[in-house]
Amino acid sequence: MALNAEESGRLVALLGGHAERVTQRWTDIVAGSLRGRLSHAELRRQVEDLHRAIVGTGEQGAIDLSAESAGELRAALSELSRGRARQGFSATETTISIFALKDVLAELVQEAGGANALHDYVAFSKLVDELGLFTFESFVRTRESLIADQAEQLLELSTPVVKLWEGVVAVPLVGTLDSARAQVVMERLLQTLVDTGSPYAIIDITGVPAVDTQVAQHILKTVVAARLMGADCIISGIRPQIAQTIVALGIEFGDIATKASLADALRHVLRLTGVETARRQPRRDA
Amino acid sequence: MERVPILKIGDILLVSIQLDMSDQTAVQLQDDLAERIVATGCHGVIIDITALDIVDSFVGRMLSTIASISKVLDAETVVVGMRPAVAITLVELGLSLNGIRTALNVERGMELIAAARADELDYQLDDDPDAETATP
Repeated sequence: MALNAEESGRLVALLGGHAERVTQRWTDIVAGSLRGRLSHAELRRQVEDLHRAIVGTGEQGAIDLSAESAGELRAALSELSRGRARQGFSATETTISIFALKDVLAELVQEAGGANALHDYVAFSKLVDELGLFTFESFVRTRESLIADQAEQLLELSTPVVKLWEGVVAVPLVGTLDSARAQVVMERLLQTLVDTGSPYAIIDITGVPAVDTQVAQHILKTVVAARLMGADCIISGIRPQIAQTIVALGIEFGDIATKASLADALRHVLRLTGVETARRQPRRDA
Repeated sequence: MERVPILKIGDILLVSIQLDMSDQTAVQLQDDLAERIVATGCHGVIIDITALDIVDSFVGRMLSTIASISKVLDAETVVVGMRPAVAITLVELGLSLNGIRTALNVERGMELIAAARADELDYQLDDDPDAETATP
């Protein structure tokens, strides 16, 4: 939907000829839609950048957003949408910054008049649509990469393996356990077993909101893998509703030890390793 | 042909597999091990697979066979040093290495054999009729 050289020339003449008025009017329209969430000076700077990019591209000949000559224009649009996406603006609020140019152009074309005013306006309008779509695309891309980054961070953050005692490590699972997370948990737990030489691991599922057959499958796989390596796993933190779900679903934990709380699991392991726990006599104050 | 070395440490034979196992190497290892168990009278065999990147059904069956042979010759077999990636692959493949005891490292494996041995000795002592009359 590129403009031909003639149309581009007229667009540049319009925008370049009334630079001050265009940016002022453009900024005003955008500021109205953003309701003061971005300072006027900042907005004006962004609008001026865009204005300069459009005029700059138009001066080189026909405006075609996919052509090499429009590199600067594409960069300016990406810059704008990236900034907006990171600042948490909605897609509408971002694209309206571009579509506002249509209103400005409508006024300018109407004032200029002429035989092909309508034709020009339609052509300009199509160009603005294209700019808007491009902005929207890069806005979505930025958002998607943000989400991907956060998901990755979440994956790393939410699976710590802690040492509870000499030879006893624990994994407090928090949140829903999907295949990707289960894989990470499994790998990290097994690696920790090797690194610390701990023969006992406690998997605590207090923070897991629901246990379905898939989650149970993941936990069972982890336990079997740990067994293959020569370590024993105990599952703890089974809440009453979860116990009922497990029974209702017919999930068999076999000979894997399950305990109601992490404390019970630790006591169980300590008994297995032969550690004696005793309450110390309260000291008598003479 | 390559051979897997068998080291004797006290009452235990240590086999550290450092090369890719072929049919021949596996058969050779089984022969050698059976002979060494009889010759030394050891009661424990530790197979170290730390260096193995891949444990497939072939290696799994070899480990089971070695464990069974040792059992017949009254020696306890422990497989030690399985890597996390190997364990995960085995679980995904559905191979559970039934009848094989495992430990995290050689040290734990030796403890395991010592504990199993002690249990067995206790059991034999308990069965001894003289011991029963001696302690009324």
